[in-house]
Amino acid sequence: MAIYSTNEFKSGLKIMLDGDPYAVVENEFVKPGKGQAFNRVKVRNLKTGRVIERTFKSGDTVEGADVVDIELQYLYNDGEYWHFMDPQSFEQITADATAMGDSAKWLKEEAICQVTLWNGVPLSVAPPNFVIMTIVETDPGLRGDTSGGGGKPATLETGAVVRVPLFVQSGEVIKIDTRTGEYASRVKE
Amino acid sequence: MAPPTPLPILRLRAELLARTRAFFAARDVLEVETPMLSVAATTDPHLASFATQYSGPGSCHGQPFYLHTSPEFPMKRLLAAGSGCIYQIARVFRDGEAGRRHNPEFTLVEWYRVGFDHHQLMAEAAELASVLLADRVPLAKPEWRSYRELFTPLGLDPHRVTVAGLAACAERCGVPVPPGMPLEDTDPWLDLLLTHCIEPHLGQGRLCFVYDYPASQAALARLRPGDPPVGERFELYLNGIELANGFHELGDAVEQRRRFEAENAVRRAQGLPVMPIDENLLAALETGLPDCAGVALGFDRLVMLAAGKNSLAEVLAFPFEQA
Repeated sequence: MAIYSTNEFKSGLKIMLDGDPYAVVENEFVKPGKGQAFNRVKVRNLKTGRVIERTFKSGDTVEGADVVDIELQYLYNDGEYWHFMDPQSFEQITADATAMGDSAKWLKEEAICQVTLWNGVPLSVAPPNFVIMTIVETDPGLRGDTSGGGGKPATLETGAVVRVPLFVQSGEVIKIDTRTGEYASRVKE
Repeated sequence: MAPPTPLPILRLRAELLARTRAFFAARDVLEVETPMLSVAATTDPHLASFATQYSGPGSCHGQPFYLHTSPEFPMKRLLAAGSGCIYQIARVFRDGEAGRRHNPEFTLVEWYRVGFDHHQLMAEAAELASVLLADRVPLAKPEWRSYRELFTPLGLDPHRVTVAGLAACAERCGVPVPPGMPLEDTDPWLDLLLTHCIEPHLGQGRLCFVYDYPASQAALARLRPGDPPVGERFELYLNGIELANGFHELGDAVEQRRRFEAENAVRRAQGLPVMPIDENLLAALETGLPDCAGVALGFDRLVMLAAGKNSLAEVLAFPFEQA
């Protein structure tokens, strides 16, 4: 694996610390006029998402992390694992529940996801920013209310629950922003 | 391609250069220029010199030359030759230093005052900084703190503490300790605490002078005997940013040679290149350096503060990445 000097540190660089893969978020060079130079960095743990601070003596080296982001197509869930396919090579990759995190509830078959691989194994899966789903269940709501002020919960075909305006009904198709988990609009079929 | 720095900032820079020259002219300090290229270089293990080669009349095979990291050595040669008080506005070069507050080439205002000690020079540095920042940065009265006092809030005495004591302090303060910190040398640990816990708070809204450094951090300064002896060195900070570094200058050629050789020994041990010692400087010290104090002020950082900016790139016509 690649070895990186602190001089190569920049936002987004993937490095190994204490056996975990991290991404550099911020890198600051500090040096007292006549003293030891340091790189103060903020790094994000790619397994937990937690951001921590680390300091290196300038010029020291760290091992790179074999982390890549690729686009994969979601195939199916076998009850335990989620199966994806590389649309170019047709190679299949499976992700476990930890890697899926909250993303599983936004996935319909054939969705193109951004999958982060560490040593070839999925670390995390990001669903498309917007997904289109059918509402399978929601209270009828009040006739005549079109403001959508308070909203109501609606269960989607994948089991995800989102708040929707009162005028949206069961069987309707809606668009959701997966980054916020919020209703975006109705979709005309 | 990013556009160059806006004209008002270049005008401010020119204005501050003019004020600097007027400041020294009024005090009868002579402006000088000395070579940027030298066959000798600093031995300081924390400073890296750019190296180049000269080929031409006098050297057909290419002779190594180094770009100076400060004009200190030739200016001391002028002092030893009887120049009297001198100053220089010099572009200097330091390899390996780039960041928000560092550019590998930058401008130093460096001056020497014959007959001054470091306390008198601090007072003059405060005057110059105040003249340059006038009408732009409101300044409360300057403060003066010994290096030892800086560490009092952390509960340690930097002149006596051990590596174990410093490591425990770093842990207490939540400072992330870099891998590979030395087990014997306390200086890198002091630098770690200084950069992480102390410097950012120094000189908020006022000039802050820090003086009397550990002898090991003052290779060009006089030592004042005491318990422990301290290096007569000072630093100037404003709003957490280091602006200047000065010394009550060491005039002892034998002692200076010993320190250069000790620094080269550290370089050898760390796998850094051993630098050619400035024999011209040592010869000049042997003829006699007048009692003097000298200081170098980072002019670009001062322009940055005067302009209310947060990075050097915003006040250089073209920062390093676009040079």
